[in-house]
Amino acid sequence: MSQFAGLSDISISEDILVEGDISVPVGSHNADNDFSTLDEPVKDTILRDLRAVGQKFVHVMYPKKSSALLRDWDLWGPLILCVTLALMLQGGSVDSEEEGRPQFAEVFVIIWFGSVIITLNSKLLGGTISFFQSLCVLGYCILPLTVAMIVCRIVLVGGSGLVSFVVRLIVVTASFSWSTFASTAFLADSQPPNRKALVVYPVFLFYFVIGWMILTFSPSQ
Amino acid sequence: YSSGTNTNTEPWGSFDDNIIQGSGSAVIDMENMDDTSGSSFEDMGEMHQRMKEEEEVTAEAAATEEDNGEYGEFLGMKGLKGQLGRQVADEVWQAGKRQASKAFNLYANIDILRPYFDVEPNQVRNRLVESLIPVRMINFPQKVAGELYGPMMLVFTMVAILLHGMKTSGTVIREGTLMGTAIGTCFGYWLGVSSFIYFLAYLCNAQITMLQMLSLLGYGLFGHCMVLFITYNVHFHSLFYILWLVIGGLSTLRMVAVLISRTVGQTPRLILCGTLAALHMLFLLYLHFAYHKMVEGILDTLEGPNIPPIQRVARDVPVVANAVVNATIKSIAAVVQSQ
Repeated sequence: MSQFAGLSDISISEDILVEGDISVPVGSHNADNDFSTLDEPVKDTILRDLRAVGQKFVHVMYPKKSSALLRDWDLWGPLILCVTLALMLQGGSVDSEEEGRPQFAEVFVIIWFGSVIITLNSKLLGGTISFFQSLCVLGYCILPLTVAMIVCRIVLVGGSGLVSFVVRLIVVTASFSWSTFASTAFLADSQPPNRKALVVYPVFLFYFVIGWMILTFSPSQ
Repeated sequence: YSSGTNTNTEPWGSFDDNIIQGSGSAVIDMENMDDTSGSSFEDMGEMHQRMKEEEEVTAEAAATEEDNGEYGEFLGMKGLKGQLGRQVADEVWQAGKRQASKAFNLYANIDILRPYFDVEPNQVRNRLVESLIPVRMINFPQKVAGELYGPMMLVFTMVAILLHGMKTSGTVIREGTLMGTAIGTCFGYWLGVSSFIYFLAYLCNAQITMLQMLSLLGYGLFGHCMVLFITYNVHFHSLFYILWLVIGGLSTLRMVAVLISRTVGQTPRLILCGTLAALHMLFLLYLHFAYHKMVEGILDTLEGPNIPPIQRVARDVPVVANAVVNATIKSIAAVVQSQ
């Protein structure tokens, strides 16, 4: 026992400097490499993003109640669609003023400003969807209208008489109803049930304006 | 040297005391001296903020106490100084975050507008219909709904209708865009005239708030939308004048009756309602004639005697004769060019 008595009051004297490295090696650094996408080749990144965008296009064309559009929202798809639509609607030179054709900036601003207004409106009405999710849904649902624009362009190559106008009218009406229906399937779920009409009307107006811009588009001769 | 659990070694008292006791640090106390008197909304926000902070602070205290124990024992003086620096930086960051989130919650909060959008679809429908029915009882202040959903939707609808009218009339806007002009016109009318009439109501001692005025004028645009929608597609001058008087008149009468019921005295009533009636009716007139398609001129010139008689409308407004001639020449040039 006596040899252990001296051990009872061991203390570190003041003039011995204690130093060392107390930082614990962070174990998650290794796991991080699996999820870090900075090191992968650019082709992989682009392909992965394109695949995600394409998958969402499919969801828009066949709107059923899935949450894929909402869960992994991205704004690439809306940007591509918006730029495509604006470029196709422009199609004229700066001097051709007599038609009052929408300029690129006008279409761009209408689409994004309109989407923001509809999102704010649906949030103010008590919706549970977030700001960017709503922008994502509205942007992706422009896809049917873009398809209609391409079809109209093709039809207009053949001529711009009454028949082509009727064909274009049918195509644009069908695609604008499809757009409204598709975006309603995603947006209206986040609303209380008796207020769905209040959210659907601005969406209807928004796609109606875009559809009407497509319908009244006539290329310069 | 003592162990780290007793950190009250400095004469001025370190930060740790205040945090552990949770009674509120100096930073929080200074915030209390801000002048937030006024709406209870701000007080509620501040109370909520303070409750959240206290939770965070007590959670931090539990965490920092453990750290204080270990570091104090092993690292001695050097450990405490490092700890101090971190504490200061932490406090500064927390204070800044508190101020920023307080400001954000106050000014950029969309929830401020939420009560004004609390409507049911059938309420909106009823109010739309009521906006064309003038009330009869003007001795009793009429109830005005204070909501913004209906007026905003009506303004956007009118923007869409105006766009359609401008496109089909071939309006050329040189220093801007069609969209910008349409939005500027509609929103400018709604917000500007509402503010002006509210100001006049303030001068004439009328009992109406800004929100109610915005709502009233917004619903008054329903008549305008209907008239413009019809007359941008069916181009008869006489039809427009009839609709202008009937529908425009009804919606103006409704607004005027509501304002009269909330004003006392003949002269204030006259001023207020005369101004509103004049502005409302003249706006509809302006919208029609500024963006009106001159169909008659083109048809007369191109097709000659093949026009069915119903499309020959007597042009009895001498002022537009010049405009018609100019528009005709322009349209002929456009048609010839496009062929």
